[in-house]
Amino acid sequence: MTKVLDPTNEATPADIPRATRPETLEGLTVGLLDISKPRGDRFLDRIEERLVERGIRVERFRKPTFTKPAPVDLRHEIATKCDVVIEALAD
Amino acid sequence: MSLNESPTLPEGLVVVVKKDCPTCELIVPILVRLEKEAQLTVVTQDDAAFPAELEERHFDGDLSFSWHHNIETVPTLLVVKDGKEVSRTVGWARSHWESLTDIFQLGPDLPDHRPGCGSLSVDPSMSADLERRFNDSSISARRVEFAALEDTHEALFDRGWTDGLPVVPPSEERVTEMLKGTSRSPEDIVALIPPDLAPCSVEKVAINAVMAGCKPEYLPVVLAGVEAVCTQTFNMHGLLATTMPHAPVLIVNGPITEQIGMNSGNNALGQGNRANSTIGRAVQLVIRNVGGGRPGEVDRATFGSPGKVGFCFAEREKDSPWSPISTMYGFPEGTNTVLAFPGEAPRNLIDQLSRDPDSLARTYAANLISIQHPKLVLGFDAILAVAPDHSRIFRESGWSREQLAARINELTVRPGRDLVRGAGNIPEGIPEAMENLDIPKFRENGLHIVHCGGAAGLFSAIIGGWVNGEMGSDPVCVEITP
Repeated sequence: MTKVLDPTNEATPADIPRATRPETLEGLTVGLLDISKPRGDRFLDRIEERLVERGIRVERFRKPTFTKPAPVDLRHEIATKCDVVIEALAD
Repeated sequence: MSLNESPTLPEGLVVVVKKDCPTCELIVPILVRLEKEAQLTVVTQDDAAFPAELEERHFDGDLSFSWHHNIETVPTLLVVKDGKEVSRTVGWARSHWESLTDIFQLGPDLPDHRPGCGSLSVDPSMSADLERRFNDSSISARRVEFAALEDTHEALFDRGWTDGLPVVPPSEERVTEMLKGTSRSPEDIVALIPPDLAPCSVEKVAINAVMAGCKPEYLPVVLAGVEAVCTQTFNMHGLLATTMPHAPVLIVNGPITEQIGMNSGNNALGQGNRANSTIGRAVQLVIRNVGGGRPGEVDRATFGSPGKVGFCFAEREKDSPWSPISTMYGFPEGTNTVLAFPGEAPRNLIDQLSRDPDSLARTYAANLISIQHPKLVLGFDAILAVAPDHSRIFRESGWSREQLAARINELTVRPGRDLVRGAGNIPEGIPEAMENLDIPKFRENGLHIVHCGGAAGLFSAIIGGWVNGEMGSDPVCVEITP
């Protein structure tokens, strides 16, 4: 990991703050991201069922492999389509 | 114990835990057993009373223990012999814990393994602060960590810290080395950097000097350059904000130029010499990064100029017919100085036929009157860089710098009626009120004659100035201190 010294006047935060968490899922689109670990889909299927019961819109995504970061296009697609993402890390 | 000192490791087994970690909760029965059967110290990060089941706990409220012993995960089990760590395991894995503790059948009803949680000492919201508190370093700048998947060079671009060219990553090691180039203390404030008027320490200059590619021995020149441009007189804010293309041109004089290998000869105003290229760039990076002066934001230049990446050169003193330009500013010959001049890109000027000083002065005058506009006078200074093939003519005829400047000024004098608005069918010009005056191109001391360039070429070069005086900027010369 590379560590450097900040060359600026440090007036802006070094870390990008997390997106604020929504108080409710009502009216939002939830992305379900399967990282392609075995049986992650079963967990996400159940989550989808529960969300759909509550009338929440769900989009499913799948990484090609869990061994590598999600491709940039996939990340972009998720960011454009969804308000919230649930990622399954299962084994 | 000082904050920088590493807390001693207790003998035997040491387990670092936090309450806000399910795996730590899970292994409490193991800790209870180890407390009875072994020499155990439990270090707790977030709750002095956790785990309540134990007789004793060590509370690491300031995370000093965790930070100094590089705890990244909780729980972490350390085995300590004679004050030294001999092994460690992170998270819960029965087989590892059994082999490290030499105690078996640990937690038979627990799962075989369970990953741990992040140590509070590596929590992103705290790690920078802890590093600042505990690190035995004189460097106080914020540490910025790039993620493992980030390319360092791309990350430096992405953060907006470069001028469009790659920079050297300012690691703590490199900045520490850079700071050895000056006797000044890292926390000394060099100047308030426009446009944000941010106080800039020696250390921040050093960080930007590393990025620019400087060697430590250049740092005193960079510091003097920053100091010179950030004066009221030089008016860096105005120079940055103007729509005109000008930027600081730094001319270095004195023995330091040879000591650090600056170029005053062949291609002196061009590329290829590390000191020339990086010193000017370091000053510009300070303006950008510390001052917040970026093109399209406060920097409103219509065209800009290639010199805005950095423009620095040394005067060719060794065979100059004249004393160093710094003597114009009252410094004795032999003083190390930086002269900051608000200049645009250099322009070549040919005269291959003149062999006497007066005809050369005529060539200079004819070219110099065109700076910004031939009909605009007194408002702009200029650097006239004279190369050795031209300077020889002045040396042989014994013309001093003052004499040459005076002759050029005389030759540029024109009647106001030719310069006023509308004259020559050009609306641009000086106010009608000046119609009856005879006016030279330059104000007194506006012309800066320097000696530089390669040994071959019957040329000189002109670097036009920005608006001078109260309205704009005046050149500033400062001494370079070690």
